Amino acid sequence: MTLELLVASAIAVLTAAGVYLVLRGRTFPVVLGLAFLSYAINLFLFAMGRLVINRPPIYDKAAESYTDPLPQALVLTAIVIAFGMTAFVVVLALRTYLEIGTDQVDGREGGGDRP
Amino acid sequence: MSPAISTLVVAAVILPTVLGSVTLLTLRHRLALSRLISLGSCAALVAIAAALTVHASGGTVESYALGNWRAPFGIVLVLDRLSAMMLLLTAVLALAVMIYAVVTGVDRKGWHFHPLFQFQLLGLNGAFLTGDLFNLFVFFEVLLIASYGLLLHGQGPQRLKAGVHYVVINLVGSSLFLVGVGLLYGVTGTLNMADLAVRIAAAPPGDQGLIAAAGLILTVVFALKAALVPLHFWLPGAYAATTCAVAALFAIMTKVGAYALIRTGTLIFGEDAGPLAFLAGPWLLPAALITIVVGFLGLFAARTLREMAAWSVIGSMGVLLSAISVFRVEAMGPALYYVLHSTLAGAALFLVVDLIARRRGEHGDALTVGPRFCQSELLSGLFLLAAIGIVGLPPLSGFIGKLLILDGVRAAPEAVWIWATILITTLIGVLAFARAGSRIFWKSASIEGEISPRDLRGQTAGVLSATGLLAGLAALTVMGGPVTAYTEATAAQLFEPQQYIAAVLGETAGGRR
Repeated sequence: MTLELLVASAIAVLTAAGVYLVLRGRTFPVVLGLAFLSYAINLFLFAMGRLVINRPPIYDKAAESYTDPLPQALVLTAIVIAFGMTAFVVVLALRTYLEIGTDQVDGREGGGDRP
Repeated sequence: MSPAISTLVVAAVILPTVLGSVTLLTLRHRLALSRLISLGSCAALVAIAAALTVHASGGTVESYALGNWRAPFGIVLVLDRLSAMMLLLTAVLALAVMIYAVVTGVDRKGWHFHPLFQFQLLGLNGAFLTGDLFNLFVFFEVLLIASYGLLLHGQGPQRLKAGVHYVVINLVGSSLFLVGVGLLYGVTGTLNMADLAVRIAAAPPGDQGLIAAAGLILTVVFALKAALVPLHFWLPGAYAATTCAVAALFAIMTKVGAYALIRTGTLIFGEDAGPLAFLAGPWLLPAALITIVVGFLGLFAARTLREMAAWSVIGSMGVLLSAISVFRVEAMGPALYYVLHSTLAGAALFLVVDLIARRRGEHGDALTVGPRFCQSELLSGLFLLAAIGIVGLPPLSGFIGKLLILDGVRAAPEAVWIWATILITTLIGVLAFARAGSRIFWKSASIEGEISPRDLRGQTAGVLSATGLLAGLAALTVMGGPVTAYTEATAAQLFEPQQYIAAVLGETAGGRR
């Protein structure tokens, strides 16, 4: 019970933080928010294989039951993609800041929230 | 599956991958050779897709197990009428856009245009062929990553700003996609789409709430890609800010969303899903109708021709999705015909707009009255044809498409709404394009002088490429009989998913090879 509660609330907190930050008006919080969202999703995908402790993922003669290896593979793929995307967004945000002169997502100074 | 067909199916994915990598790694400074390879790849893809379409039109569904890992454990590529048709459409569009990009020198404006273009094709072809939901996510990411690069090609502040919006909204969409996929896996224990269809049909009542939630989350994601209101805000900015050649290629990107809606709607949440059958329909239809209205009204809000083209893409997506969302076999055939038409018409409009903008000097594509420009008679003709195509007036295929859709939805209870919306918005579209055309072509005739064509690259060849797409519309009209026969057969195949399921999973039982 405690493990499930811990994982579920971790996903909830990460998602809430991610959604809040994505809705900010400046690119840096938005990038952070996207990172938080992807962490939440990774945990969520992992939990979708059910939470099992100390079980082998692949065939083992001594094992009574197994943990599901597939969500772990999915999470690995999702981590790789999210990592690449975060790197890209950071560069894009930086480039936009240098080109436009403001890190406000609509390119208007004073249009969004103040830092 | 015969070895020849399986080779072709894989080649549709492998060819752009290999050629894209080769151009990226070895031909960075050799533009001429990259162009040759890119054009060759696009031409080869047209041939491959044509061969696959001819094969698929026989009515068989082919399944290719990657690495010979059998479904549902491995990933399969599935070729049916719908995927073959989408492959052919993508290849034809890509060839026309690639020719246009080369002759007008768009690919000189920045690095890596050709590799990005090939990776975009890899993502598109993969998304149309895959039979696995997570694999669909991966191919979505591939085509999105490539599209970020293409969107930003050439750079500039406006493009970067639109790029940030486009990238962020799509990243959030990808996160939602993973939530939907994860939920479906958690409940059913599979990600193979055919296997999902079987398991959802047999799902206990207790699981149906979660499955419905997952299905609707996926619907939101695909609706975001398809630019359905209220998820359309990214499109006008992104399409109007990027180069027109890229925007023309992106005409197929919204159709990927529509394709995913059709595929999941008819296969995973098809008739056999019991209470979950076609669960996206009631949500999609009102949104699609509002999309039509917003898209065509947006034409009046546009200040440039490119914005007009972008809004008309939204409007045509609304028409398409309103036909899809009734989920009836007699409306799906017309919807698929309209997919072919609206993709070519949207792309043609973007290319014609670019031709006009290049000749108007500092006026560009703004809806202002400026002096005459070179080839303005020819271009006014092309603009008229493209506008007729996108709005849906006779004699081009848009009219046939809309007529077929109106006829197809007749039996649906919501038919009145769809009829009223499509007919009224068509009139609005006509007014908006007439206003734009008269401002740019007619009123300019009264002003003295002429804008000189400064450094106009590919003056004739660019026109020919845009004309080629318009000829595609004419071909769709003239070949209306065979094409609608094919789309109707496709619709019939979509609404009998047993064949698809048997092709993917049947081999497991038979212990093939």
